[in-house]
Amino acid sequence: MNNFKYLKADTPAAAIAAVADNAASNFVAGGTNLIDLWKYDLTHPDRLVDINGLSELKTITELPDGGLRLGALVSNAATAHHAIVRERYPLLSRAILAGATAQIRNSATNGGNLLQRTRCYYFYDAASPCNKRNPGSGCPAIEGHNRLHAILGYSQKCIAVFPSDMCVALAALEAVVQVAGPDGSREISFSDFHRLPGDHPERDNTLQPNELITSIDLPPTGFAPHHSYLKLRDRNSYAFALVSVATGFELENKTIKRARIALGGVAHQPWRVSAAEDLLVGKAPTAQSFGQAAGIILANAKGFGHNDFKIELARRAIIRNGLMALNPSSQRPGAQPSL
Amino acid sequence: MNSPPSATSHEVQLQINGKPAKLQLEPWVTLLDALRDHLDLTGSKKGCDHGQCGACTVICDGERILSCLTLGVMKNGSEITTIEGIAVEGEMHPLQKAFIDHDAFQCGYCTPGQICSGVALIAEGHAQTREEVKELMSGNLCRCGANTNIIDAIMEVKAGRYE
Amino acid sequence: MIQSKEIGRARRRIEGELKVTGQAKYAGEYQVPDLLHGYVVNATITKGRITSIDETAARAVPGVMEILHHERRLALPRFDIMYSDMDAPPGSPFRPLYDAKITFSGQPVALVVADTFEAARYAAALLNFTYEEVDFDVDLRANLEKAHKPAKGLATFIKPLPPNPRGDFSAAYADAEVRFEGEFHHASQHHNPLELFASTTVYEGPGKLTIYDKTQGTNNSQIYIANLFGLRFKDVRVIAPFVGGSFGSGLRPQYQLVMSVMAALTLKRNVRVTMDRSQMFTFGHRPETVQQTRFGATSDGELTAINHTAISETSSFEEYNEVVVNWGNMLYPAKNALLDYKIVPLDLYTPMDMRAPGGSTGMMAIETTIDQLADQLKMDPLEFRLRNYAERDVSADKPFSSKELRECYRQGAERFGWSDRHQEPRTNRRGNRLVGHGMSTGIWDVIALPGNASAKFTKKGRLIVKSAVTDNGQGTNTVMTQIAADQLGLPLEAVTFKYGKSKHPLSPVQGGSYTTGVIGSAVKLACLAVKNKLFKLAQIMDGFPLGDALPEDVDFIGGEIVLKQDPSVRIPLKDVIAFNRGKAVKASKSNIPNVFKLKQYTRAAHSAAFVEVEVDEQLGVVNVTRAVTAVAAGAIMNPQTARSQILGGMIWGISMALREETLLDTKLGKYVNTDLGEYHIPVHADIHELDVIFVEEKDEIINEIGAKGIGEIGLVSMAPAIVNAVYNATGKLVKVFPIKLGDLI
Repeated sequence: MNNFKYLKADTPAAAIAAVADNAASNFVAGGTNLIDLWKYDLTHPDRLVDINGLSELKTITELPDGGLRLGALVSNAATAHHAIVRERYPLLSRAILAGATAQIRNSATNGGNLLQRTRCYYFYDAASPCNKRNPGSGCPAIEGHNRLHAILGYSQKCIAVFPSDMCVALAALEAVVQVAGPDGSREISFSDFHRLPGDHPERDNTLQPNELITSIDLPPTGFAPHHSYLKLRDRNSYAFALVSVATGFELENKTIKRARIALGGVAHQPWRVSAAEDLLVGKAPTAQSFGQAAGIILANAKGFGHNDFKIELARRAIIRNGLMALNPSSQRPGAQPSL
Repeated sequence: MNSPPSATSHEVQLQINGKPAKLQLEPWVTLLDALRDHLDLTGSKKGCDHGQCGACTVICDGERILSCLTLGVMKNGSEITTIEGIAVEGEMHPLQKAFIDHDAFQCGYCTPGQICSGVALIAEGHAQTREEVKELMSGNLCRCGANTNIIDAIMEVKAGRYE
Repeated sequence: MIQSKEIGRARRRIEGELKVTGQAKYAGEYQVPDLLHGYVVNATITKGRITSIDETAARAVPGVMEILHHERRLALPRFDIMYSDMDAPPGSPFRPLYDAKITFSGQPVALVVADTFEAARYAAALLNFTYEEVDFDVDLRANLEKAHKPAKGLATFIKPLPPNPRGDFSAAYADAEVRFEGEFHHASQHHNPLELFASTTVYEGPGKLTIYDKTQGTNNSQIYIANLFGLRFKDVRVIAPFVGGSFGSGLRPQYQLVMSVMAALTLKRNVRVTMDRSQMFTFGHRPETVQQTRFGATSDGELTAINHTAISETSSFEEYNEVVVNWGNMLYPAKNALLDYKIVPLDLYTPMDMRAPGGSTGMMAIETTIDQLADQLKMDPLEFRLRNYAERDVSADKPFSSKELRECYRQGAERFGWSDRHQEPRTNRRGNRLVGHGMSTGIWDVIALPGNASAKFTKKGRLIVKSAVTDNGQGTNTVMTQIAADQLGLPLEAVTFKYGKSKHPLSPVQGGSYTTGVIGSAVKLACLAVKNKLFKLAQIMDGFPLGDALPEDVDFIGGEIVLKQDPSVRIPLKDVIAFNRGKAVKASKSNIPNVFKLKQYTRAAHSAAFVEVEVDEQLGVVNVTRAVTAVAAGAIMNPQTARSQILGGMIWGISMALREETLLDTKLGKYVNTDLGEYHIPVHADIHELDVIFVEEKDEIINEIGAKGIGEIGLVSMAPAIVNAVYNATGKLVKVFPIKLGDLI
């Protein structure tokens, strides 16, 4: 809640230059996470560089390869309700609409969604130790309240999870993140964007300092005929996922030709295991097939006490969501379980 | 209460409830605090100040947002409708009337946020069924437990019974 | 008897338009000149002492005016009695900023005052405290052997300790053909009204203050502040016209009040202090409680033995108690009962009454235990309850002043369609979902306290009624106006109820479901006194139009006194005032309970909740798909606002059973989910079909208006009915509340 300076940038280049110019500068777009963190005294920007004026990042455009480019500054709501997204990438639309609330989705941007911080209780309490916030101070979650926490991909330093819903669908869709920095542009495949905590839980992703997300590009296929997003949480809406699953597959002659399954709420990044997806190829979309995939995905899962239930819950959620994907029209508001 | 300019403050022009407002704001003043402390528009409520209750909901450039999670300076040039501007020329909005008829509030503290949110929800047109309305109103908490009355009021207005 | 035109009539809230247009002002919203803003700093340790304070960085923030803490504060009294308040339990009340001692995590240790809210908030973060920490203990379950009986005091007068044992429980339990034994647990819960606690103190000159405070008792805050700062009562005006919910959290003055007053007196300026949401978790709360039940019955369903034990937390400095175990034997006349209630002091803040304190806790154990016995007996749980219906309160050996619980059962069951319930768990399905039906009884005491009101009939023909009581959303404003209107036969529009100011006639704190009975009775008495005076004046008016009519020979209708035998004889009340030389007719009355009469009866409201749940069989997601609560609470003043109160209670029941708990990290000694993102109260998507029935019940014993109160009764039956419905759906009895995702897979 420190005082800070404010600058409104006119172009991406100017925004990047402004942030590069001051190590304690931050981009601010929707602000729904950054302002929250600042008020909790968890982040201390010296200057906020407002990028809301960068109109070139505010559009959704079709790509020559048949894919779709989601501008980094398009709001989560505008993305979810966009006609092409709804028609061709309904999995993404449903995942976005399962996250946060109508008000927050109107402000929150696509780029910002990728950069949100964990919701671990201890990370959010400035007076508690936390390796993510204050490297080397310890992790009280491992022996404390860890209901929200990871069962996969954790480290001894951090068991926090990445809280996004949108990103779980983007992982399943194999999106690509376009970024621009002081040294030019580059692209990052979605699976390389968020990282595991390892020895450096303070780093959530592989974005370099001063880099700006400019768009998120979707590949041509969007699993529109067979997709589902299922979100299990402590209330029916306005809560972070304990377990969420994004499932999409293509069917040919009643068997699976290609499948993608991503889990949310279980790890420091959206969780995908390609061996499980490969296993489904050539199989019928049945509870048994999805159960086998779940077995592979969760093979190394481990709980920390309060979150032990997530392992079995995730297995069942993978199965249910596979079956829900057979009948996307059955899906309910808030990505609640159906069937 | 309007602050004098300082080295760090910015001039911010807003259109609030149809009237222009010129403010001198420090960058760290949220839109909510600007409304409440600088413009005495205390109808927008602070229930959590962290985007977790919806009591501060206002309609900004036609969309409902949380005024606690945005800075005043970021909204320079925006049109904002707060609960004080939902009624037009003294005539209450149908949803305000429906809230009274359905006893859709008790303490009244979440009410401005519920109404701003509900007015925007109706305009958005994404929610048709009661289940969809409940989901898209879930960003507004009510601790008194007026939930069913709130949703009843919105459904009545959506059905055109307050035209 | 007067004819009720308003009492019993559905009326919209009088202040409704102010609330839906944003004009209603709450405590932290008054724009007063040259206002300063305070921000509270809280201790980051659980127990120990402050060793040093570094103000340098905080003082350097532009706009900072003052920093108050234990080394820099106004003089405070030395004796505990001066810190007491109307709802203080026995013990030594917490003293904000008193000394270096830290006794709970989040203890307020300083106030930063600045010219803007933002500067105060920033400087508060920069204020640097160093502490000496000592070992603490906040773990209830690890310290059950330290439990002791709570000390007796004023609190145990209103919230009595358990009755003495009846019969021989051990022998009866051993002989019982059907037994159930269970241990139940729930974590702490915090009230979390949507409005943050706030006080705006206006410095009116030396020793004189006007305070806009978030409270359930203006007089409580007034007396407390006057005692703390050595001010005269009449020089401390406390105003709380709109209160954004409280649910018990405003029963005691909170620390932001002390701090805002101290800052105002120190700086001789107007000062506002508003808590933030995490600070809303640093004072009273519903205590974590461990309960044990052992109930026994005969094979034909007669409940013979009740043993109910509860152990709750309290702080290291006060002995909080609530009524958890007394209800079982009031509801079910087992001949053998052994009831025990104890508390364990821990390094936490003192718990505090939270909506249906004790009752909602106890009923979770009692009513699930009752259902488990019925299940073992293969008896319908409603039939089992009727088999053991108490016509008399055997626990106190008294009759009930009134009790229409049987009718609650009947009407509730009928509306719900209880006869369609499957007795065998796990046998009712809809697709992937198991369907369960459950029910529960509810009970809540009718508390009688003194309360005061004044009434005045003016020359403009208006009836002005006053009481210091607050309306925190219960509908008090509307209901008191209705009660007053009926006494003088006036339309609602001719009556104004003035409330929420300490200068009005003294009122107890708003709570315990007693406000309508206590203040409503005082309002009635004051209005009847005015009526009587008006009649006496009319009797001596020129020409004696009423002749020698007695009070019972006339009606007060539509602003006139009308002779019953000859309705053409009417005297406008305005004429009576004119005859009184234009002087308003006034009266003040105290409602003083007839304790001698009252204590001969057990006085309670009752309810029955019927609930349907759907449980996703594989995923364990629970939804309360529909529920009916039937309530017998004496006279219902306003069915519309009363229905809302019951709906609110039912939603609190859903929350208690399925949503809310404050997570305590026993290693760090602090609560960790101290925000509304992780402290889960229900959202709209959680709430489905809810229905309320008010069963007719007449009670001429409890108070002047026959109203038992409805603030808690909707809650107490709801949560156990959900737990029972989940059992009926799944065959699993969850005894750790709330039931969470993951508990049923």
